[in-house]
Amino acid sequence: MDTITKSSEKVTNKKNVKITGAEAVVKSLLEEGVSLIYGYPGGAIMPVYDEFFKYEKQLHHVLTRHEQGAVHAAQGYARVSDKVGVAIATSGPGATNLVTGIADAQIDSTPLVCITGQVGSHLLGSDAFQETDIISISTPVTKWNYQITKAEEIPEVMAKAFYIAKSGRPGPVLIDITKDAQFGELEFEYKKCEKVRSYKPVPEMEPGKIEEAAVLINKAERPFIVWGQGLTLGKAEKEFQDFIEKAGIPSASTLLGLSALPSDHELHVGMVGMHGNYAPNKLTNECDVLIAVGMRFDDRVTGNLATYAKQAKIVHFEIDPAEVDKNVKTDVAVLGNVKETLSAILPLIEKKQHKEWMQKFSDLYDIEYNQVIDGQINVSGDGLTMAETMIALNKETKGDAVIVSDVGQHQMVASRYSKFNHGRSKVTSGGLGTMGFALPAAIGAKMGAPEREVVAIIGDGGFQMNIQELGTILQTRVPVKIIVLNNQFLGMVRQWQELFFDGRYASTEMVNPDFVKISEGYGIKARRVTERKELAEAISEMMASKESYFLEVVVEMEENVFPMIPTGSSVSDIRLK
Amino acid sequence: MKVKKYTISVYSENNLGLLNKIATIFLKRHINIESLTVSSSEIEHVSRFIIVVEVTEEQVKKIIGQIEKQVEVIKAYYHTNEECIFLQSALFKIKSSLLFEERQIQNIIKNSNAQIVTVSPEFFVIEKSGRREEIDGLYNELAEYGIMQFVRSGRISVTKDEMKISELLKKQLN
Ligand SMILES: Cc1ncc(C[n+]2csc(CCOP(=O)(O)OP(=O)(O)O)c2C)c(N)n1
Repeated sequence: MDTITKSSEKVTNKKNVKITGAEAVVKSLLEEGVSLIYGYPGGAIMPVYDEFFKYEKQLHHVLTRHEQGAVHAAQGYARVSDKVGVAIATSGPGATNLVTGIADAQIDSTPLVCITGQVGSHLLGSDAFQETDIISISTPVTKWNYQITKAEEIPEVMAKAFYIAKSGRPGPVLIDITKDAQFGELEFEYKKCEKVRSYKPVPEMEPGKIEEAAVLINKAERPFIVWGQGLTLGKAEKEFQDFIEKAGIPSASTLLGLSALPSDHELHVGMVGMHGNYAPNKLTNECDVLIAVGMRFDDRVTGNLATYAKQAKIVHFEIDPAEVDKNVKTDVAVLGNVKETLSAILPLIEKKQHKEWMQKFSDLYDIEYNQVIDGQINVSGDGLTMAETMIALNKETKGDAVIVSDVGQHQMVASRYSKFNHGRSKVTSGGLGTMGFALPAAIGAKMGAPEREVVAIIGDGGFQMNIQELGTILQTRVPVKIIVLNNQFLGMVRQWQELFFDGRYASTEMVNPDFVKISEGYGIKARRVTERKELAEAISEMMASKESYFLEVVVEMEENVFPMIPTGSSVSDIRLK
Repeated sequence: MKVKKYTISVYSENNLGLLNKIATIFLKRHINIESLTVSSSEIEHVSRFIIVVEVTEEQVKKIIGQIEKQVEVIKAYYHTNEECIFLQSALFKIKSSLLFEERQIQNIIKNSNAQIVTVSPEFFVIEKSGRREEIDGLYNELAEYGIMQFVRSGRISVTKDEMKISELLKKQLN
């Protein structure tokens, strides 16, 4: 095999020697340094799959059990590894099955290149078998997309796809390749893309704005920072830490920003948003300067915009000009990559401490601790809670694991209680809130960071949305750890029904199968815990396992997640119960 | 904020599918496009979109931001009516018999500065370019006599200000 690929490589580099479009796809991937790709074959992409067979030594293809699994796995891979995730599928249903993951990647700024097969170009627009206009379907949810109908276009378009996916504010790109373009021939020559004439990935930094921002920050008596995933994407964790430490500013994270600053950093005051912490939400409406860094004022963060931080001057550090003033009107917008803008502002920042102001955060934390946290982690009742499970997990992982969470109550609990020592440790579907995300994303995350422990935290509902990916674990033996927090409800929806629909539990109660047996059926070690005395030991057994491990924790059926900002309320009206 | 008529100009690469991408931006925000014209521009391989919408300034700014985010878009601008020179074109198809039977029609054509493009035994065609109100006025006058077919183009416009697209392109290439 080795010699075949090597010799064919030599041959193809010679002028006038032609290779097929399908081979050019694979060679382009190799040129971009891709070694792992997730997908599912089918008629319209078979020529490319045939090349995977030939190149299997250099390019590892992971067969997921569903295209949605492939794209979420690529997302998990990209999020932890800082590489571009690649997913591939056939035309028609294969392509449409990618769409949820693509939309998820778009809203969470995850760099992906998705490749779909397409019917022959002579059949385009004829409603041919498995023809879907995936370009139109994916237009609103991709950073860029393109349909290739000629083999010769492949190297240039592939190079462009990778460049666009990872540059500036990252995002998903979709390349649709007709079957005749895969069969067609070309002389392969590859040049990495470094520039697209009409595309400006990073806006120019404006020194004047940096000075203006510095003046506001230096004058502030009660400054407050909310950071988002932009810090991770911009690889600006260190610059950020230097900045907040010099300025002495209390800083809170968005859901996706978690882990960009170590959880136990003294200026880390928790998470903002609907189920964030009490202090940072309350004090958003008391700060005098609010500094938003690499975040986009999602409505889950701001609550009612009409009452959001109205008293404060707003400084926004942002790479995407379209985000400035989109939801919250800023006083100073500092455009550019945060790594550069934060470095540029540092020398202009005065060294300060805001002791009294910081005290307010800890006073409010005490209130949250006494009224919410204590009751969830030092439980007296019979039923296990999600929070105590997370605390037990923290003890084992010591904050070093990558935590991948699905969507629902467990997601919020996992985000509130997980400890992180390292960046790129929190993977969840933030903007789209896609149930079914965590299992495949954890598979991708583990492959993207094999040296790290990866633990997926999933609800009983979300687990069943992509449960078939246990098959991918069976086949690849990827050692991910899975915890299903089983409350036998679509918990988050049930909570809303309890609070806002007079307790009418319409279609949220779940009769579940035996998850342990199912996991065992897939060859995965599995255990169920129903009692507190077993919990710590089970988690420690799971973490000690070298293989994949499934742990079902049967938790209280009707536990609620608090604090909570009801939709449409002000962040400072956050409820503790 | 007040709703106003804005003319959006978009300079972009001439790529397949871009119209769809731009239209999606309006669709997503539930904004009705009043008229849309796409044509080549003064620069080779660069297309120009002229889109007319009635929105608030805040909305139009956000739309511009989203349009500029498209990889193929070089630059997008928005202008008020006062800031640009614009017109649209219309064609009126009318029964030839009217031209001879209704003397008034000839006056209407003359007074409106419209042109007769073609005359056949059955019908003749009038072309009129101008501001929307002028075309509306002509339409109303002719409607009394019966219009067989009527079509109106989207707005085309140039700005009073300079748009330095060539310079911008040069800069982005370096
Ligand atoms: C694909 C998808 N469908 C529906 C929803 C709406 N939704 C949000 S949370 C939730 C309940 C999740 O239940 P479960 O997975 O059991 O987790 P829990 O909230 O109980 O922790 C639902 C249905 C969603 N986010 N994603």
